[in-house]
Amino acid sequence: MSRLLEGIVEAVRLIISLDPYLLQIVLLSLRVSITAIIIATIIGVPLGALLGLKTEKKTRLINKIIFTFMGMPPVVAGLIIYLILSRQGPLGVLGLLYSPSAMIIAQVFLASPIVTGLTMVGIRAKGGEVEETARSLGASSTLTTWTVIKEARYSLLGAIISGFSRVVAEVGAVMIVGGNIEGHTRVMTTAITLETRKGNFELAIGLGIILLIISFFVNSILYNIQKGGKKD
Amino acid sequence: MKIRNKGLLYKLILGLMILSAFLLVAGCGEETAPAEEPAEEEETADEPELIDDYITLATTTSTYDSGLLDYLNPIFTEQTGIEVQVVSQGTGAALETGARGDADVLLVHDRASELQLVEEGAFVDRYDVMYNDFIFVGPAEDPAGVGEVSTAAEALTRIAGSEETFVSRGDDSGTHRMEMRLWESAGIDPAGQGWYLSIGQGMGDTLNMANEELGYTMTDRGTFVAMEDNLDLVIVLEGDPVLFNQYGVMAVNPEKYPHVKYDYAMMYIDFLMSDEGQELINSYQVNGETLFFPGYGLE
Repeated sequence: MSRLLEGIVEAVRLIISLDPYLLQIVLLSLRVSITAIIIATIIGVPLGALLGLKTEKKTRLINKIIFTFMGMPPVVAGLIIYLILSRQGPLGVLGLLYSPSAMIIAQVFLASPIVTGLTMVGIRAKGGEVEETARSLGASSTLTTWTVIKEARYSLLGAIISGFSRVVAEVGAVMIVGGNIEGHTRVMTTAITLETRKGNFELAIGLGIILLIISFFVNSILYNIQKGGKKD
Repeated sequence: MKIRNKGLLYKLILGLMILSAFLLVAGCGEETAPAEEPAEEEETADEPELIDDYITLATTTSTYDSGLLDYLNPIFTEQTGIEVQVVSQGTGAALETGARGDADVLLVHDRASELQLVEEGAFVDRYDVMYNDFIFVGPAEDPAGVGEVSTAAEALTRIAGSEETFVSRGDDSGTHRMEMRLWESAGIDPAGQGWYLSIGQGMGDTLNMANEELGYTMTDRGTFVAMEDNLDLVIVLEGDPVLFNQYGVMAVNPEKYPHVKYDYAMMYIDFLMSDEGQELINSYQVNGETLFFPGYGLE
């Protein structure tokens, strides 16, 4: 028990003093996960909107595939990206393995289905009537799609934030494709794994607290957005 | 539509219930199995009575990954009945685990730290149980020319001088601690250099990364031999006396932690140190190579 308390005290000290090792890890985590979620949004929102505007019957198989990928275990995603980027793999020549780019690719792979799937569900819930109204007013199909996306913006933000929460907290994929290289590919979750194994609990707890704080803020935003969405 | 979905849901729940029932039955079966064993044992009267208990062994990834423990522990269990539950970590973490009283017996390789912790009263009954050696491995082209030198210090100087990639465990393991001592003796501080990758992972992960990045690393011979078939790396330096890797076995001090199974831990230590145990260690081979040599390495 005293060990946990000591750990927390030391962790708070590390956070307040902006310990450079800790800061670098946190910044890399955010950089990788935010880049990944932006790319996943660019892929997932249009795709989700497209599918959401079609009827459920037409997209049944695609739905099932997307929902399966939404639950993809991170280590499996990591393994697949590892095999693709490995020196013997099809994209080995790019030399991307063990780089932040590889971690971003793996996280895009994890987040895109989540953004796509939740966007699709959100659009489908809102889409029908909005689409009919827009069309009856003579809007082109691009404009119709855009209108529906705008109307469903709360669920879209929810989709994006869910994707972000997932990737920023995952350890399996980034450990495999990033390799946890100090100062290069070490992020919060891989650092927690390592420091715990080393018996260096203060730093692990400090990083754990920061992860929880980030999760708290992200979920507060999500909560407020969904409250806003209900008022509509 | 809704009703169909409900039907599916019920089927799913039913399926899960059947599955859990199966798992329960299977679980119970396993639990009752050991109870039958003593009955069989009674028939052969001259066999020593088996102890139905377990000990926790905190050890390093290198002994575990090499397969040595999978070879030794079943023999110990067969003789005594005591099961050995293995927690494999870096030496630093294993020492920490033991010093917290979370294990009964330790098999690690950082002699200086071990002796100090015995001095401090965390552990008792330490023995030099076996040794092997560290080697430097790298790409066959050997761009840093490590193969031309014969000491670890010169090898590290060459790698640093040519700025070729060097992958470090960086996990405070016995191997990592040894590597840090070697850098120190070479008068080089590699921390933060672009070519120096400190990855905080096990020996296998480190070898894989060196293989992928066409870099160098220092490894215990056992893990390298066990993985050699999957690697393009070759041995570029071996045989420098400073690369000896001494393993120690010791028990957690029962005076400090009364809950530890000291008696059983000592049975395990006696087993490893016995003529039979030492012979077993010597006879263990992977790919036709002996990985660990019994006793104390530096006479």
